[in-house]
Amino acid sequence: MNIFNDHKKLYPIAGLLFLFLTCIVVIVPAFQNQENNAPLPGTMPLTGDEMAGKLIYISEGCVGCHSQQVRNVDMDKMFGSRPGMAADYANIGRTSIWQNTATLMGTERTGPDLTDVGNRQPSRDWNLMHLYHPRAVVAQSIMPSYQWLFEVTENPSSTDVVVNIPVQFMGGKKGKVIATKEALQLVAYIQSLKQAALPDGTKPQEFLYKKSEKETANSNDGKPNIDGKAIYAASCQSCHQASGEGLKGAFPPLKGSPIVNGDNLELYVDIIMNGYDARAEYGVMAAVGTNMKFTEQQVAALINYERTAWGNKGKTVTTEEIKKIMDIIKNKTTASK
Amino acid sequence: MKLKNKIKTALITMLITKFANAQAANNIIGNSEIHLGYWLIMLVCILPLVVFVINLYLKFNAQVNVNNQSGKQNLQQLFSGYIKDFDNKQITQFVKIKNAKCCGDCKRDGNCHKIKSIALMFVLWFSANNLVAQSTTETRETLLTQPGIIITIVLLLIPVMLGVILTLIKANNAIRKYSNQSKLKEAAKFAEHLKSVDNHEVEEELEKRQRVLNYSLTHHELSGEEKAEDTKGIINNVSDKHETHFTAIKKKAIQRPSLNPDITKLILWYLGCAAFWLVVGTGIGEYLGIKFVSPDADHLSWLSFGRLRPVHTNIVFWGWASLAMIGLGYYVVPTVSNTKIYNIKWGWIALILTNLMVIIGSLCLMAGINNGGGEFREYIWPVMALFAVALILTLANFILTVARRTTKEIYISNWYIISAIIFTIIVALTAYLPFWQDGVSETIVQGYFMHSGVGMWFTLYTLGLLYYFIPQQINKPIYAYSLGILAFWTQIIFYTIIGTHHFIFAPIPWWLQTVAIVGSVGMIIPVVAATINYTMTFRGQWHKVSNSYTLPFFLVAVVYYFVVSLQGTAEAFKFTNLLWHFTDFTVGHAHLGFYGIITFALWGGIYAIVPRLTGKEPPQHLVGAHFWLAFIGVLFYAVPLSIGATLRGMMWMEGKPFIDSVVMMFDYWLWRAIGGSLMFISHIVFFYNFYRMTVKEVEEIDVKEEAFKILEAEKK
Repeated sequence: MNIFNDHKKLYPIAGLLFLFLTCIVVIVPAFQNQENNAPLPGTMPLTGDEMAGKLIYISEGCVGCHSQQVRNVDMDKMFGSRPGMAADYANIGRTSIWQNTATLMGTERTGPDLTDVGNRQPSRDWNLMHLYHPRAVVAQSIMPSYQWLFEVTENPSSTDVVVNIPVQFMGGKKGKVIATKEALQLVAYIQSLKQAALPDGTKPQEFLYKKSEKETANSNDGKPNIDGKAIYAASCQSCHQASGEGLKGAFPPLKGSPIVNGDNLELYVDIIMNGYDARAEYGVMAAVGTNMKFTEQQVAALINYERTAWGNKGKTVTTEEIKKIMDIIKNKTTASK
Repeated sequence: MKLKNKIKTALITMLITKFANAQAANNIIGNSEIHLGYWLIMLVCILPLVVFVINLYLKFNAQVNVNNQSGKQNLQQLFSGYIKDFDNKQITQFVKIKNAKCCGDCKRDGNCHKIKSIALMFVLWFSANNLVAQSTTETRETLLTQPGIIITIVLLLIPVMLGVILTLIKANNAIRKYSNQSKLKEAAKFAEHLKSVDNHEVEEELEKRQRVLNYSLTHHELSGEEKAEDTKGIINNVSDKHETHFTAIKKKAIQRPSLNPDITKLILWYLGCAAFWLVVGTGIGEYLGIKFVSPDADHLSWLSFGRLRPVHTNIVFWGWASLAMIGLGYYVVPTVSNTKIYNIKWGWIALILTNLMVIIGSLCLMAGINNGGGEFREYIWPVMALFAVALILTLANFILTVARRTTKEIYISNWYIISAIIFTIIVALTAYLPFWQDGVSETIVQGYFMHSGVGMWFTLYTLGLLYYFIPQQINKPIYAYSLGILAFWTQIIFYTIIGTHHFIFAPIPWWLQTVAIVGSVGMIIPVVAATINYTMTFRGQWHKVSNSYTLPFFLVAVVYYFVVSLQGTAEAFKFTNLLWHFTDFTVGHAHLGFYGIITFALWGGIYAIVPRLTGKEPPQHLVGAHFWLAFIGVLFYAVPLSIGATLRGMMWMEGKPFIDSVVMMFDYWLWRAIGGSLMFISHIVFFYNFYRMTVKEVEEIDVKEEAFKILEAEKK
C-alpha cells in the first residue's frame, strides 16, 4: 500500500479521479446540451420590462419556494400542458457579468410551480393585489408580502396604477396603493411565463405515472367523474374566492350573480372561455377557459358547481348543451379574427 | 385428586377456548378484506397468552409428576439429602429437639381458599373471553380497515389483556398452593422421620458440619493489625466527603503537553468564529421557521423570506461548519503527522477571508444581490472567490505539513481532509466558471454542485475528523484500515456521479438521471463500510460512552451518517421522487444530515480539544443540556416535517388543489418551528460552554499557594 504513504501519489491520484468523474457527469454533458438544444420557434424573447422583472424575481429569491419545471409525470399536469424540455430553457444565457445563468428550475414547491402561470393566472390586477398582500386574495397563503414594491399616496396621478386593497389589509395606512415600476415589471415577467407551443406536428412527451384507469374512468352511474368544485378551486377561486363572494372593488361575486343564475348561458360560457371586461368597477377577467383548454365536460361541471354552491339556485346544464354553445362561440371568435 | 382433575379440565377448556378464538379470528380474515395490521395486532396479543398458558400447563404437569414420584420411592434418600442440606439454625433446632425428645404437631390449614380462587379464575376468564368475542363480532368487515376503529380495538384490548393476565397470575398461584399442599404432606412425613432418627453418627456429623458453617475469616489475615499508610504516594484524589450527584460525573479531558500558543490561538479563533456564526445563522433559520406560521411577522425587504433563506443556509455552511472544520483540521492534521503546522500566518489569512466572505455575502443577499437562483451558490463569484483563496491557502498549508511529517504513513484522517479540500476547489471552479452554464446545463452543474458541496466538502472532511477523534477519545486504534480504504475510494466514485438525483424527471439527459439513481444505491458501500469501521472501534468500549461528554456526540454523528445516507439512497428512487420531491421532506433530510452528522461531529471535536488547549472544562451539566436539546430538537424538527411532507406529496399525486396542501402543512410547520427553537436554545448553551472553555476567569485562590507566597515574601 505504497500510495497511501506517499502524499505525492495519493493526492494527485484522488484529485485526478475526481476531475475525471466530474468531466464525465458534468462538463461533457453540459457542453453537449449547449450544442444540441435550440429554443423552440414559438419562444418569445423577454421584453425589456419582462427581463427587468426577471431580475427582481431573482433578487427576491422567489426560486426558494417556486419551481419552474414541469416534470414528465402526471402529477405535474396541473402546472403545464406538456412536460418541459431542454429546448424550453435553451435561450437562457448568463444573466450578467456578476450573475450566473438563471433557469430558476428550483428544488422546492412551498408555493406552486410558475412555468405556465401566465396562462393559469393572467390577471394583472390579481397579481398586483397578491404581491401587495397575498392574504388579501388567498386567505390561507403563507407567501411574504412585497409591500416595498408599492407606494401609498393620497392623490394618485392619472398615470399611476392603483391597486384596490381592502382596508383590513392596509395595515392602518391611509390612501391609495399604487404599483411602482418594479412591481409592474415583476408582474410583466410573471405574466410572460407561458409554455411555448410546439412546432406543428410535434407531439409532446407523454406524462408518466398516469393514474390508473379505475380512478379516472366514469363512476358507476355512467356520468363523467369530473369535480366542478376542484376546477373552481384550481382556476377560479383565487379571484372569486372560496365563498363565491369575490373581492369588493376587484373581483365580482358569483354568489347571487345574475349571469351565473340567469338564462343567458351563451354569455356565461363565453366569459368562462374568453374572459370579460365590461364593468369598470372590477378588474379585467382573462380568457381562463381558453388558456386552460377547458373541455365541454369541465365547463359543464364548473357551471353546475357554481349554480348550486353558496345558495345559488340556477338550472343545471348538460354536457351536450355546453358543447353546442362552445361550438358557436368558437366559430364566432374565429370569424371575428 | 379430585381437585387436580378439576384444574386439569379447567386448563384444557382454557386452551380450547383459546384455539376457538384464534380460529374465529382466522375465519374473519378468510372471508373479508381485513387490514394486515389488525391481523398483526391479534397475533401480538394472542401469541404471548398462548405461550404463557402452555408454560403454565407444562409447569403444572411437571409438578404432578414430582408429586407422584416423591409419594412412592426414594423417600429415604430424599430425607437424608434434606438432612445434609440443613443450615446452621436448623442443625441447632434439630439437636435441641433431639435433646428434648419431644416434638410438636404440625397444624394444617383448610383448603377452601384454593377453591375460591379457582372459581374467581373461571369467572374472570369467561368474562374476559366474552369481551374479546364481543369486540371481534361488533367490528367486522370494512370497519376494521379504519384506523380509528383499529385504535379503539387496541384500547379496548388493554383492559381485557390486563384481566387475562390477572387470571393467569391467579391460576399460577393456585398451582403453587396445590404443590405446597403436597409439600406439607411431605413435611409431615419428614418430621416423623426426624423423630425416629436415633443415631449418634448422624448427630456427630451434623455437629462437625455446624463447626464448618460457623467458621469465618478475621479480615486481617493478610494485613495484620497495623494502620495503612501510602508512603510511596500512589493513591491520590481520595475523597472522604459523601456528596449526592444529581448528574453523572464525566471524565475530564486529559492534559496534553502544551501546544505552541500561536497555533492554539489560531484554532480557538477559528472555533470561536464558527460558534458565533452558528448562533447567528440558526437564529436566522429560527426566524424563517416562524415565518412559515406567521408570514406577516415583518414587511421589510431585507428580512423577507426569499432573501433570508439563502442567508441562513450559507452562514451555517461557510460560517459555522467550514470554519469549525478547518479549525479542527489545524489540530488534527499536524497531530497525526507528528509535526508542526507549516505556516500559521496562512491560517490567519484564510480565517479572515472566510469571515469576510460570510459577512459580505450575507449583506449582498439581504440587499437582493445573488448569483441567479442555484441553491447553495447564491453568493456571487467575487464573494465566493474569497473562499476559494482561503481554501487554496489551507490546502497548501495542510499538504506542506503532511509533506514534513515524521511518521511513515499518512494517517487516514489526512487522506480524507486534504482530499476534501482538493475536491471542493474543483467543485467550486466547476460551479462558477461560465463556459458550461447555458440553458439546462446550468441545472446539470447545479445538481453536481449542491450534492458534491455536501458530500465532498462537509461529509468527506467530517469523516476524516471522525477517523481521528473516535479512536482518540476511545483510546483504541481504528478497527480496520482496509475498510477505510474501501470507503474512501467508493465514496469518491459514487458520490461524484449522483448529483443529478435532485432533478429526476427534469428535462436533463435521461442517462444522467439513471446514473444518479444507480450511484445513489452504490452509496450503500461506503456508508456501510465507514459505519462498520466506527462502530467496531466502539465495540467493547461502549461503557466509555456513558462517562464521556464527547463520545455521545460522535456516536450520534455515526448513527446519523448511516441512517441519513441510506435515507438519501431511498429518496433517489423514481417513486419516492414523485412522493417527496419539491416537498419539505428534502428540508427535513438536509437538516438530519447537516445537523445530525456534521454539526454533532464538530461539537464532539470542539469539546474534545478545546479543554486540552485551554485547560478549562465546560460545565458538564450544560454540555448535557446542549446535547439533549439539540438531539431532541432535531427530531422534533425533522420527523413531523417528514410526515407532513409525505402527506403533502400524496395530496399532490391525487391532484388536490395546491392551497389545500398548504393548509394541511400548517401543523407540521408549527412543530418544525418548535423543534427549531430547541435547537437554537442548544446553540446558545453551546456558545456559553465555549465561552467557559476559553475565556479567562478570575482564578480561584489556592490557599496553600498563597501561604507559601506569604512565607517567601516574609523571608525577603
